[in-house]
Amino acid sequence: MASMFRSEEMCLAQLFLQVEAAYCCVAELGELGLVQFRDLNVNVNSFQRKFVNEVRRCESLERILRFLENEMGSDIVIFKPEKYPESPLPREMIDLETVLEKLEDELREANQNQQTLKQNFLELTELKHLLKKTQDFFETETNLSDDFFSEDTSGLLELRSTSAGAAAKLGFIAGVIKRERMVTFDRLLWRACRGNIYLRYTEMDASLEDPITKEQMKKNVFIIFYQGEQLKQKIKKICDGFRATVYTCPESAAERREMAEGVNARIEDLNMVITQTESHRQRLLRKAAANLWTWGIKVKKIKAIYHILNCCNIDVTQQCIIAEIWFPVADTNRINRALHQGMERSGSAISPILTVIQSKMAPPTFNRTNKFTAGFQNIVDAYGVGSYREMNPAPYTIITFPFLFAVMFGDCGHGAVMLAFALWMVTNEKTLLAQKSTNEIWNTFFGGRYLILLMGIFSIYTGFIYNDCFSKSFNIFGSSWHTRPMFRNGTWNLHVLEENNVLQLDPAVPGVYSGNPYPFGIDPIWNIAANKLTFLNSYKMKMSVILGITQMVFGVILSLFNHIYFKKTINIILQFIPEMIFILCLFGYLVVMIIFKWCQYDVQRSQQAPSILIHFISMFLFSYNDPTNRPLYAHQEEIQSFLVIFALIAVPWMLLFKPFILRANHQKAQRMLQSLAISEDPAGDTEVGIIESNHTKKAGQEDHSGSHGGHDDHDEESSGETKKNGGLRK
Amino acid sequence: MASLLCCGPKLAACGIVLSAWGVIMLILLGIFFNVHSAVLIEDVPYTEEDFKDGPDRIYRLYEQVSYNCFIAAGLYVLLGAFAFCQVRLNKRKEYMVH
Repeated sequence: MASMFRSEEMCLAQLFLQVEAAYCCVAELGELGLVQFRDLNVNVNSFQRKFVNEVRRCESLERILRFLENEMGSDIVIFKPEKYPESPLPREMIDLETVLEKLEDELREANQNQQTLKQNFLELTELKHLLKKTQDFFETETNLSDDFFSEDTSGLLELRSTSAGAAAKLGFIAGVIKRERMVTFDRLLWRACRGNIYLRYTEMDASLEDPITKEQMKKNVFIIFYQGEQLKQKIKKICDGFRATVYTCPESAAERREMAEGVNARIEDLNMVITQTESHRQRLLRKAAANLWTWGIKVKKIKAIYHILNCCNIDVTQQCIIAEIWFPVADTNRINRALHQGMERSGSAISPILTVIQSKMAPPTFNRTNKFTAGFQNIVDAYGVGSYREMNPAPYTIITFPFLFAVMFGDCGHGAVMLAFALWMVTNEKTLLAQKSTNEIWNTFFGGRYLILLMGIFSIYTGFIYNDCFSKSFNIFGSSWHTRPMFRNGTWNLHVLEENNVLQLDPAVPGVYSGNPYPFGIDPIWNIAANKLTFLNSYKMKMSVILGITQMVFGVILSLFNHIYFKKTINIILQFIPEMIFILCLFGYLVVMIIFKWCQYDVQRSQQAPSILIHFISMFLFSYNDPTNRPLYAHQEEIQSFLVIFALIAVPWMLLFKPFILRANHQKAQRMLQSLAISEDPAGDTEVGIIESNHTKKAGQEDHSGSHGGHDDHDEESSGETKKNGGLRK
Repeated sequence: MASLLCCGPKLAACGIVLSAWGVIMLILLGIFFNVHSAVLIEDVPYTEEDFKDGPDRIYRLYEQVSYNCFIAAGLYVLLGAFAFCQVRLNKRKEYMVH
């Protein structure tokens, strides 16, 4: 029977599926989500399993999808529909492969084209700038030849005049180089050509986009004048080394102008082509974006199904796939129906066979949750998942966790704000779920919306108890403290008022405290009292101690239910009873002392009220001679001594006896097994001997008495672990 | 006319939440100050001499603070209206782009 108080009953079954039907049946079981497949091929390498090729194909599809997503970048919004697509049939994988591979090829081609076009565009732009700049160079050059041959150089004029003719034979190389390389280029040219070349360069104003890396580059235009063939070769090699692009530039100005016009026209054409290519690429990506998410989910589902099929065995005749599954007994019908649906979907005639097998393995713990309890179950599981069929603490956590939060929070104003936030999240649940946000912080808050709702409700309640709303108190019923009696019956007068900054109301004076406590919550007068915290701290601490110890005792009592269910009387005697004795004798007594002191002392005797903390400490030190701390009640010394000794006895009772008893039981079981084996078959003796020596070597104790085979290693606990568990429970 | 849309969707939603809290809390505070609640004495700007000759001067101070609260609540109403308009403009813009 399914109940929230324990984890559900699980059973292990073997599933026999026909090979054709296997895929669809696993798909249906996956959609149902109630089944855990055991991995039967643990020892097999992932590359040697049966369906490794299909998994590989799925992974290459995922690679293509990632590539597409990358290309879309942040510009194109990927459409996410509300519902997840159904698990696809195997033949859909082939369709997906063709579509995705075609898309990938088209996109790569488009990218390649775009790159080539951009490269051409870059070259043409550089050429355009080059032509413009060389115009300036040549003009200054012709101007230079006039004043170059004047004054200082006139002595060499005879030689110069002949070389002026030869000057017409000056060749030049024009090109473009990156700005950062310009200086080294200049220096190297100077050194290599021994100063026989003339280099001029200017910066290019516009920065260009590198087609491959897509970043902006700054370049310089240069022109080198040289004479002779050897220099030309040298210069060409150096330009290649510095990766400067050289362009052929015509000598005459008219030709240059013509070339510039041609280049401009080509640049315009190229621009048009580039924009068209870009829009074609965007169109491709947008079309893909409409389906990208659905494809991704389908590929994930196919991959998951093949992973599960890899975990199953194939029987000898190659006709049948064998799987082992854990599932809750209560869901047997749903699983049978899902298997039947899978069989119909695949079109096979043979129905899958489900046979329950017995096993000594520990079944998985399954707690059925709905959207409300899921949050609390998650918190409990974060501390540790319970063993199979253990009491589930989650139903109690639904109340205790938010309530203890509220005890610490205790403000009805802020609690109301928290409640409003939680109500907004809960009422808009469906729309908020559909958004499928990836923001982790938001998902944490949204996942805990029911927790926050309960925390808000309880905080409003404790806020009223603490009489605290945005740190101010409400005065609904009228305070029970009055100041006028202090003047009438007490010692106050106007003189006292002027002398002192702070005055204390004395409840011993009749009339100051009306005798009827504030009906609900803390009296509002405390909010304006200067010693508010002295009173509130003591009150809140004692209340928290009482609540905490009550919850701890409740937890120990819950463990009693576990012991009864698993029929382990040894645990009741050796664990539950000493635990209860320890906690009740010490901390239960503390709670009793607190309540006793609250009831026993009123304002007349409050001066002599003893400190509970000091009593508690001296209880352990057995020191009863302190005159400043009177006893709470008569015979306190005897009762306390008895309680402390009783609690101290409970400690070795809890910790020491259980390991020895478990070891004795284990050895008895081994001896029984040995005698059984000897009486049956002498050949099995050696095997049993080996098992026994292994176990005694470990000095391990097992939790259950009785014989076990070799496959129960998870159930064995060493004595150290039993002691550790006992100590933790304390 | 220049576009009236100057806040994004999240800023506008933040503005609405702040205005809602501000309006409700300031109106309640204003009422409590008007009723001369004793618990709020620390927030009234009194001086030593206001305590002479009966509580009337303290009461006038209380009422002054309460009017301040109401004015602040009114400012938050304006801010809330502005944020609400921004939210509506954002929604309209969302529909047009698609």
